[in-house]
Amino acid sequence: MVAASALSEFGDGLRFLVQSDTSSYGDTQVGGPHEVLRLLSLHLQLSGFSLLFAALVAIPGGLVLGHLGRGQFLATSVSNIGRAVPSLAIIAFFFSFLGPSKANIILALTLLAIPPLFTNTYVGVRQVDPDSVDAARGMGYGEARVLAGVELPMSLPLVFGGLRTAAVSVVATATIAPLAGVESLGTPLVARGVYGTAGQIGAAIAIALLAVVVEVVFAALQSAVTPRGLKLAAGRRTRRRGAYLLPTRRVQTP
Amino acid sequence: MSGLLVLAQIVPRNRAGHQTCVQRNGFCPRWIVDNIGNYKEPFLRHVELTVLAVAFGFAIAFALALVAHRRRWLVGPITAVTGILYTLPSLAVFFLLQPITGRGVTTALIALTAYTLLILFRNVTLGLDNVPAEIKDAARGQGFSDRQLLWRVELPLALPEIIAGLRIAATTTVGLATLAFLAGAGGLGEPLFDGGEGINFQSNVVVAGGLCVLLAIALDLLLLGVQRAASPWQRARG
Repeated sequence: MVAASALSEFGDGLRFLVQSDTSSYGDTQVGGPHEVLRLLSLHLQLSGFSLLFAALVAIPGGLVLGHLGRGQFLATSVSNIGRAVPSLAIIAFFFSFLGPSKANIILALTLLAIPPLFTNTYVGVRQVDPDSVDAARGMGYGEARVLAGVELPMSLPLVFGGLRTAAVSVVATATIAPLAGVESLGTPLVARGVYGTAGQIGAAIAIALLAVVVEVVFAALQSAVTPRGLKLAAGRRTRRRGAYLLPTRRVQTP
Repeated sequence: MSGLLVLAQIVPRNRAGHQTCVQRNGFCPRWIVDNIGNYKEPFLRHVELTVLAVAFGFAIAFALALVAHRRRWLVGPITAVTGILYTLPSLAVFFLLQPITGRGVTTALIALTAYTLLILFRNVTLGLDNVPAEIKDAARGQGFSDRQLLWRVELPLALPEIIAGLRIAATTTVGLATLAFLAGAGGLGEPLFDGGEGINFQSNVVVAGGLCVLLAIALDLLLLGVQRAASPWQRARG
């Protein structure tokens, strides 16, 4: 019996995604592809801009500091603080002190995406085989060319690992934007009075699917940008998600 | 519920006609001092959710890692399955579980536990893999059985990675548990988001958010202390 009622609730949830219905308020139509696509596009806007801004800050920063071998303390602190301060608390803080706006949510999500991106880029550059860097210098490469021609390509798997971690967590966290007054796919989860249980289940299904799609797409990107030489040398190592999930201890390079 | 209780205590306008700090939903130190007791129950529930989810997650992930340590081919499939659980946003899982387990602490715990599995499994496996082969050979040469080797050599040497996994899992779970109130399980998310009415009250945001950060830091330091105490040779090495 429980299984049957659970199945029918999931069925209602799926129906919410494909077909609009009268709201439990009675006067508006909710659900259906039109509304789901509208919420999806808002969701992707929030996530996309946040990821873009975070990448613009964290990747160049991580590359340069990694190349110079400076900022070890910064790298570990950024990742530790990023873990200790819950992203939801950041969103709540920004919302209550700076007011409800898309810009605030995007700023909060950007701060959430920076630690995995920065740490992975930094570690990616630091763990490039020093022999390769020496060889490049021996061939007359300047500092900029070492960074762009050797360290960057060899750290791409980890940079994209960070991008993948950041993308999945930003997409997941954008779900709570409606609690701060900005619409996203999470809207039906929060506004149960309007969307009903079917809306909640339907939105939860859509969010779960979106997260899996983002993960798969970024995993494919990560694999695509990995230089062939590294794939041959490292075998399955390149498929690791990246240093962000590794212990902090390993971030420290000698 | 406590979020509603907090709202119910809003004081009427004062005689000058100005809104009080609480009516403006501002940051009110005096109100916080007077009402600090309101945070006790959400805080304890938050601790409960975090500690139980990490404990269950560790028990499951540790067992899986030990099984996969002997049967290497299992590492791939287990990583894939726990990877999917890790990718699914906890918030979505809270709602997806509702038709099956209803609303409440059980639902929240299942979702939070599922989320920790990948982190813990990966780190235990990584720790066991990083034990140098010479050390294992030396132990075997001294007549250690497989079981003795595992418990007296490999696991102690894997401890830094295992604890690192627990630290990441604990701090992440503290953050995710702020959403448990949406699954009807309470926690600090209740005051933080005024029981799902939105984020309204700056005092709540500062206190509940601050308690989350403090809890995350406290658990992190506690686990670090456990690691220091359990592996004295690490300190000797500097």
